[in-house]
Amino acid sequence: MTATLDPPVRTSPLLDATRPPLRPVPLRGAAVIAEVAAAGLTGRGGAGFPMARKLAAVNAAVTVTGRTPVVVGNGSEGEPASSKDRVLLTTAPHLVLDGLAVAADAVGADRAHLVVTPAAVAAVRAAVAQRSDRVPVDVVAAGEHFVSGEETAVVAGLEGRRAVPGDKFRRVVESGVHGRPTLVQNVETLAHLGLIARSGAAWFRSRGTAAEPGTALVTISGAVARPGVFEVDHGAPLRDVVGLAGPRGETPVLVGGFHGAWLAPHEVAGAAFCRASLGTFGASPGAGVLIVLPAGASGLAETARITAYLAGQSAGQCGPCVNGLPRLAAELGRVAAGHGSRPDDRAELYRLAGLTEGRGACHHPDGTVRLVGSALRVFGARS
Amino acid sequence: MTTLHLDWTRCRGRGGCVELLPELIGRDEWGYPLTATDVPVPRALRGAAEQAVRDCPRMALQLSPRFAE
Amino acid sequence: MSDALWYLGRGTGVVSLVLLTLVVALGVATRSGRPLPGLPRFAVTAVHRSASLLAGVFLAIHVGTLLFDPYAGLNLVSLVVPFSAGAHPFWYGLGALGLDLILALVVTSVLRDRIGPRVWRGIHWAAYASWPIALAHGLGSGSDASTGWMLTITGVCVATVLAAVGWRVSERFAEVPDLAPVPVTAPPLVGTGPPEGPR
Repeated sequence: MTATLDPPVRTSPLLDATRPPLRPVPLRGAAVIAEVAAAGLTGRGGAGFPMARKLAAVNAAVTVTGRTPVVVGNGSEGEPASSKDRVLLTTAPHLVLDGLAVAADAVGADRAHLVVTPAAVAAVRAAVAQRSDRVPVDVVAAGEHFVSGEETAVVAGLEGRRAVPGDKFRRVVESGVHGRPTLVQNVETLAHLGLIARSGAAWFRSRGTAAEPGTALVTISGAVARPGVFEVDHGAPLRDVVGLAGPRGETPVLVGGFHGAWLAPHEVAGAAFCRASLGTFGASPGAGVLIVLPAGASGLAETARITAYLAGQSAGQCGPCVNGLPRLAAELGRVAAGHGSRPDDRAELYRLAGLTEGRGACHHPDGTVRLVGSALRVFGARS
Repeated sequence: MTTLHLDWTRCRGRGGCVELLPELIGRDEWGYPLTATDVPVPRALRGAAEQAVRDCPRMALQLSPRFAE
Repeated sequence: MSDALWYLGRGTGVVSLVLLTLVVALGVATRSGRPLPGLPRFAVTAVHRSASLLAGVFLAIHVGTLLFDPYAGLNLVSLVVPFSAGAHPFWYGLGALGLDLILALVVTSVLRDRIGPRVWRGIHWAAYASWPIALAHGLGSGSDASTGWMLTITGVCVATVLAAVGWRVSERFAEVPDLAPVPVTAPPLVGTGPPEGPR
């Protein structure tokens, strides 16, 4: 982690609505993978997987299976506290479509799907109609579950099934939409790709840190004066990032959304917005969601409510998730209500967390357990 | 090493695998197999694992030569 | 010789009914996920499958002997095409219908890995139709249907299947209950929601 002294925001290349579409596509095939690898671009949907490795994995699967791949831009954004994908898609849809076109050329796809929140469908379709990309782009409304943006859920939705996560015995890069090798990338990641295709890896690396280059879109909400979407440098001081939205007081911040982790005020003051720094607090930038806890609110009670919400957002497919999440929410609610003074209550929460974690088709239980664990860590001492 | 993969979306806690592979799979309080999604199978348990895959009434188990991720 | 075929056909029909009854009861037990006295859960499944295959063997003998038996007057077509037999078209037709359903159940179960659990499960519901059809066929066509011993066997089979189905539809049938949906609640802390445009 390199803490930068620069202000966290200079300009927002991602949210520039005036940039014309990129024509023709300047990078193709292996050149794209090389440039993306040099740029060090990672996925902005939450998991942060290196895009170059995903591109290479799709190409390898194409070689093995001999099937033509599919590319999917994922703007499902099931997280209710995130709106960066919707803002990006409605502000600069062409930049996302540029990235989608470059990605399609890089893997030799003949079909591209763009899955977006229902609110963005019209704007994105209008942008698609203005272009003449080699690979036709089909714009689809995303499912409305919290988990609908998960890679396998997106594939299921595109195949006409219910958009809920599926089993991962076969990876999506090997066997995705209708069994074809499939590249699923978050729409912000594609927008970064669109910029890298124009300006190159060195330009991309001019912001962010050496280990985590580039910028990221964040959505800041909660107890702030100016909630909204901002483009920030990786490695920027977290306090400055949150400061963009005008937080009302120095309160804990939920970093990474409902599957993220709480940071105490003194931790917010010392952390930087990157994996390396946030990782030391059990957090990660995730999809860039930052929620500022209102002063006077109970972190445990709010987390119990979030956990109950997450329980209700389970796709209802996996036993440990369906059974475990409501129990976690109820036990955390008990602890929040002041019944948590006995060590037994705390032990029961940790036991339930252990029963739930790592036992599902997707990471919904794991993310929920992470949230609950961080709440106990940050707010636990008070009860 | 062979890996036993559990498809949680199919599993409904019928419990056969728990009986066949007690060394690898426990049972939680809701009846579901207490195990990770991918479990390495020791050579000695290979036969029992194959039977668990064949006999799972929900077809929720698969063996793969891949390492657990 | 033809007498032997006739007796073999009748006998294997009776045994098939008993085996099919066992298969239905064990199938219900498999679905419950509960062990039976002396049978762990995986063994209930295994015996269900073995009994099904055994029932298939007896059915094959039953059908095969009657095909070559002049008394029955059946041919290949009337064995598999329901209600096409020259004599007793209705009762033999039920037999052909039951045979077709059971054939579908066996074939889809053998090919379960290929067709996937959804299709397999959908077709497996036909088991509940095949048993009463087989029973009615036995009552209507069976030469021994009205004898005391056969009435006793039939009674025990009917009672067994009724008990199994009654258990199946009872409240506390499955050891692990079906996954019930979790109540949906509104997301907290996002009431101040971000505006439409970029900042």
